[in-house]
Amino acid sequence: MASVSLKNVRKNYGAADIIKGVDIEIADGEFCVFVGPSGCGKSTLLRMIAGLEDISGGTLSIGDRVVNDLPPKDRSIAMVFQSYAIFPHMTVRENLAFGLTIANAPKAEKDAKVAEAARILQMEHLLERRPSQLSGGQRQRVAIGRAIVRKPGVFLFDEPLSNLDAALRVDMRMELAKLHSDLGATMVYVTHDQVEAMTLADKIVVLSAGTVQQVGSPLELYHRPANLFVAGFIGSPKMNFVEVTIDAVDASAIRISGPAMKAQTLPLTGAGQKAGDILTLGVRPHDFKPMDDGAFTGKVTLVEHLGNETIVNLALVNGQHLIVALDGDTACTVGETLTVGHPPEKAALFDQAGNRITG
Amino acid sequence: MAQLSADNHGLRLAVRYTVLGLIALIFVFPLVFMLMSSLKPDAQLLSDTRSLRAFLPVGDISLDNYFDAFRRAPVGLFIFNSVIVTGVTVALTLFICSAAAFAFVFIDWRGRDLVLTLILATLIVPFETIAIPLLLIASKLPWLGLDGLTYGWLNSYQVQIVPFIADGLTIFLFVQYFKDLPGELIEAARVEGASWWQVYRRVVMPLAGPVLATAAILKFLVMYNQYLWPLMVVQEERYRPVMVGLQYFFQLNRAWGEIMAYLSLITVPVLAFYLFLQRAFIASIASTGVKG
Ligand SMILES: Nc1ncnc2c1ncn2[C@@H]1O[C@H](COP(=O)(O)OP(=O)(O)OP(=O)(O)O)[C@@H](O)[C@H]1O
Ligand SMILES: [Mg+2]
Repeated sequence: MASVSLKNVRKNYGAADIIKGVDIEIADGEFCVFVGPSGCGKSTLLRMIAGLEDISGGTLSIGDRVVNDLPPKDRSIAMVFQSYAIFPHMTVRENLAFGLTIANAPKAEKDAKVAEAARILQMEHLLERRPSQLSGGQRQRVAIGRAIVRKPGVFLFDEPLSNLDAALRVDMRMELAKLHSDLGATMVYVTHDQVEAMTLADKIVVLSAGTVQQVGSPLELYHRPANLFVAGFIGSPKMNFVEVTIDAVDASAIRISGPAMKAQTLPLTGAGQKAGDILTLGVRPHDFKPMDDGAFTGKVTLVEHLGNETIVNLALVNGQHLIVALDGDTACTVGETLTVGHPPEKAALFDQAGNRITG
Repeated sequence: MAQLSADNHGLRLAVRYTVLGLIALIFVFPLVFMLMSSLKPDAQLLSDTRSLRAFLPVGDISLDNYFDAFRRAPVGLFIFNSVIVTGVTVALTLFICSAAAFAFVFIDWRGRDLVLTLILATLIVPFETIAIPLLLIASKLPWLGLDGLTYGWLNSYQVQIVPFIADGLTIFLFVQYFKDLPGELIEAARVEGASWWQVYRRVVMPLAGPVLATAAILKFLVMYNQYLWPLMVVQEERYRPVMVGLQYFFQLNRAWGEIMAYLSLITVPVLAFYLFLQRAFIASIASTGVKG
C-alpha cells in the first residue's frame, strides 16, 4: 500500500511541453481517476508514475520514497494497459505468474498466489488456456489478474475498459470497484469516459492541455466545478452556458439578465463584480423544469424520449440552444413553445476568466 | 449461376495448380538430374543428356560414383567442416544480431539511430571489397586455443566463423520484426520487474520464431555456400569446407559422375536443415499466434 505524490511534475518532448507542472496528492488506498479530453496528457502522466517515461522536472514520490529515477520494477506498481498486453506465448497461468517467475519465487508460493488471483477474478477454469483462446473481457481479466498477483502498492490503469463493448464495460466497472474495496489498494485510473470517472473515483483529477483544472470528489466536481472547463466536461448532457449581464449587485444577491433570458436574481454575494459586467451563466439540463414564470422561453426543435427522461432541445429567441432534461413522461412535441426555469441556487456564474463565482 | 461459378472455381484451381506445378518442375529438375547422374558411369551420363533418360534411373545404375568420390576426397570431413562452421555461425549470428536489434529497438540510448544507420550502410559493401583487408587482419590476430596463445587465424574454424557473426542484414531483419511487436508487451514485462535480459529471453525471443527461421535460412545458405573466403584463408585439408572441396573433382580428368555424387551428398545437410526449420517455423506460429 502506498500514497502517490506529484509535486510540480513536468514533461516535455524537446520544445513541446506536454505536462506543465502538475501537483496531485493521492492518499493510500484511494481510487483516483484522471479524466480529460484526448491528448491532454493523461497517459503520459500515468506512464511517468509507472516509470515508462522520464520525468522532465518536479518530484514524484510513491510511499515515502522519491522515485523520479527508479526503474519501473523498483516502484512497487502494477499496470494494466488498454491493449491488455498479456503475453501471447504463455498460458493464462504463466501470464499471471510472470512477475513471480521473474523474481524467482518458489513454486508453491506462485501456485498459491495465482490460485488466489484466479479465484478473485473467477477464472480458475481458464488457467491453462492461451490468450488467443480468450474473449476480450477474459483477456482484460488476465491483465488485471497479473497486476494483483504481486500485491503492488499502487495499481495503474490506462483506459482498461475502452476496448470492451458497452455491456461488458458496465460489468467490469463494477468488478473494478469491488476489487478496489476488497484489496484496499491505491489505484490510479485513466479514462476519458466521465461515467467511469464518476462511478469509480474517490477523487477525480480533471486535466486539460497538461494542467490540472480541478481535483475533487465526483459530486464536488459536479456541483461545484471550479471553472467553465470542468463545468462543461463533467455531467451529461453538458451544462448549458448563457452569456448574461449584471444589472445590480448587493451583499447577498446578483441580478442578471440576458438577450434571451428574463431577469433573475441569484443568491450570490458577487464579491468583486459590478453592474454592467458580462458573465456566463451555467445551468445543468437536469435542473430545468417547465414553469410559467421561468427565465427561458423557446421553441422545441428536438425531443428524445429515453423512458426515464426526456431530452429537449430548445431554441431561444436569439438563436441559442438549450438542452433541457425533463421527466420521462413529459408530453412535448417539436414546434411547441416551452418556458423553463431553474432553482436560483442551482445556477453557476463564471467570470470573464472562466472561473466560477463562489460566495 | 451457381453452376457457372463452380466451373469458374474449378478452372481457376486447375490453372493455379498447372502454373505451380510447372514452377516446381523448373526448380526440381536440376536436382533430379544431379541425383540420377550420380548413379551412372560417365559415358552413359553424357550420352543420356541428349534425351529424357537424363532424368530417369535407367541403364547401368550403381553407387560406384559415391565410393569413388570418397576415395578421391575426404568427403565426410568436408561436410563435417561445413556443418560445424555453418552451424556455429548461424547460432552465434542469431544470438548476437537479435540482441543488437533488441538494443536498437527497445532500449533508448544516445546515438542509436546513427549506429543503426552505419550498420545498415554496410549492406551495400560487397564482400569482395573487404576480403583482402580482412585477410590481412585475420592473418595477424591472436587466438587463445587449446595450444595456448597463437597468432594468425589462417587454417582454422574461427577464421571461417568470426568475421560473419555480426551481419547487417540479419540485424535489419530483426529490427524490422521487433518494431512490429506491440510495445506495451515489453512495457508490461518491464513493469512486472523483468530486466532487459529477461525481456529479451522470456518475451521477445519466444515471439520471434518467424524471423528466427527466416534469418537462419538466409544465413545458412550464405555460410554453407562459402567459397571465396575459405579459398583465401584455408589451405589445409583439415579445415576445408564443401564448396572448396569441389576442386578435387575437377583436377586431372573431369569425373562427372563423381561430381554429381559429391553434390548429391552435400545437398543432404541443406535439405535436413530446411525440413527441421519448416517444422520449427510452423510450431512457433501455432504456439504464439503471432503471424510473421
Ligand atoms: N513521444 C512523443 N513525442 C512527442 N509528443 C508526444 C509523444 N508522446 C505523446 N506526445 C504528445 O503528448 C500529448 C499527450 O499524450 P497522451 O498520450 O498522454 O494523451 P492522453 O491524454 O492519454 O490522450 P488519449 O485520451 O487520446 O489517450 C499528446 O498531444 C501527444 O501528441
Ligand atoms: Mg491515453
